[in-house]
Amino acid sequence: MQYKAIVIGSSAGGLNALKIILSVLPEKFNIPIIIVQHVSPQSDNYIIEYLNKLCKIKVKEADEKEKIKRGTIYFAPPNFHLLIEEDKTLSLSVESKVNFARPSIDVLFESAVFAYGSALIGIILTGANNDGALGLKKIKEYEGLTIVQDPKTAEVDVMPLSAIEATKVDHIFSLQKIGKFLSSL
Amino acid sequence: MCNKQEIINKNINIEIRLLLEAIYEKFGYDFRSYSKAHVKRRILYRLSASELKSVSEMQYKVLYEDGFIDILLKDLSINVTEMFRDPLFYKAIRDEIIPIIKTYPFFKIWHAGCSSGEEVYSMAIILKEEGIYDRAQIYATDFNQQVLKKAKEGIYHIDKIKEYTRNYQKAGGVNSFSDYYMAKYDSVILEKSLKKNIVFADHNLVSDSVFGEMNMIVCRNVLIYFNSDLQNNVVKLFEESLMPGGFLCLGSKENLKLSESFSDFKVIDDKEKIYKKKLY
Repeated sequence: MQYKAIVIGSSAGGLNALKIILSVLPEKFNIPIIIVQHVSPQSDNYIIEYLNKLCKIKVKEADEKEKIKRGTIYFAPPNFHLLIEEDKTLSLSVESKVNFARPSIDVLFESAVFAYGSALIGIILTGANNDGALGLKKIKEYEGLTIVQDPKTAEVDVMPLSAIEATKVDHIFSLQKIGKFLSSL
Repeated sequence: MCNKQEIINKNINIEIRLLLEAIYEKFGYDFRSYSKAHVKRRILYRLSASELKSVSEMQYKVLYEDGFIDILLKDLSINVTEMFRDPLFYKAIRDEIIPIIKTYPFFKIWHAGCSSGEEVYSMAIILKEEGIYDRAQIYATDFNQQVLKKAKEGIYHIDKIKEYTRNYQKAGGVNSFSDYYMAKYDSVILEKSLKKNIVFADHNLVSDSVFGEMNMIVCRNVLIYFNSDLQNNVVKLFEESLMPGGFLCLGSKENLKLSESFSDFKVIDDKEKIYKKKLY
């Protein structure tokens, strides 16, 4: 299966988790990665600068109507939902919070499913709420690949547990294993 | 090769396109150039909330059931706003634009897509504090009659006042925010004098034309819901509605750089997305 995009959702403890996964990806990694990390509305998104230094591929904040490029990692801006258009461009929205979150993982995942269908990989990492569980379920329904961080290894296990409860996920991996798996694609 | 879900998804896209055509033809509201992902999300939300079987069934309801269109219009227009939203933007207005318009004997401001009015009243407060409110004519427009009515009333829920007060202070407010409202039960009513020079009007950015000779246009977090072509058209409409040297203020993630009309503007504040129409 040729995967065309990867979406990742993370919350409490997400920075460390993302660091472990993203920093091992090789320079020639050519699948776009689109991420919602729950942050405070006032955040300056320093996480992007930090990860951009550590990663071999480009890490940036998603710009409105930006065309999604291979080998680039996009983060939702604080206080905006991030959606993927079916023409593979990025859209932002300030509509109400979903699952008490803006950006919301479910909003990203659902739009990603419509854009990529079965050629999508969805990953849920550490976090303290159940955002992303419905979105991951939707990815599974479209026969995309679903991966959840092993709750035993998560800084906060609520989000991985909710995702596993909502759908029969394909893989439950440690962070190291997720990094290795993605690198092998 | 498509799996079953992917085929359903394609069908839904066809149904949504037809629904938008029906809304346009029957009511004149044109959502056909909106961001597709946004429109789809809102329509699917209404679909599950109203327990309809398909978007086609929703189309039937839109055509034959009185009042259903109002529900859908509310779904499709995002009305999430607050007073002094993004306080640093208002600070930039105070620091960078007010000193210039202070030199004008009279000036016009257009809040396009004003929603329920919170940001219009925020501007009115700043103009008052700077002593130039009486020289201002403010036009506040939206295509959605329901929110426009709310904007005219200027009555908001008291729960939000704490946040608005914080925003006001961060935005460089010089008085006590409570000077501008009266609390009653669980509502606050904004000071009547703030409304004196505001005209609320129905205007649709997608289908209506130039709104003349403005010194400043504020349109924040509206363009993000449009596709690139419509964004270009609306920015051009703004350009044509502005006096030379007039200011255009967009939302924090709305970048004029991608617009075809970018060369007609000068960047005043890149972070707060404040632009100035060139003099020639």
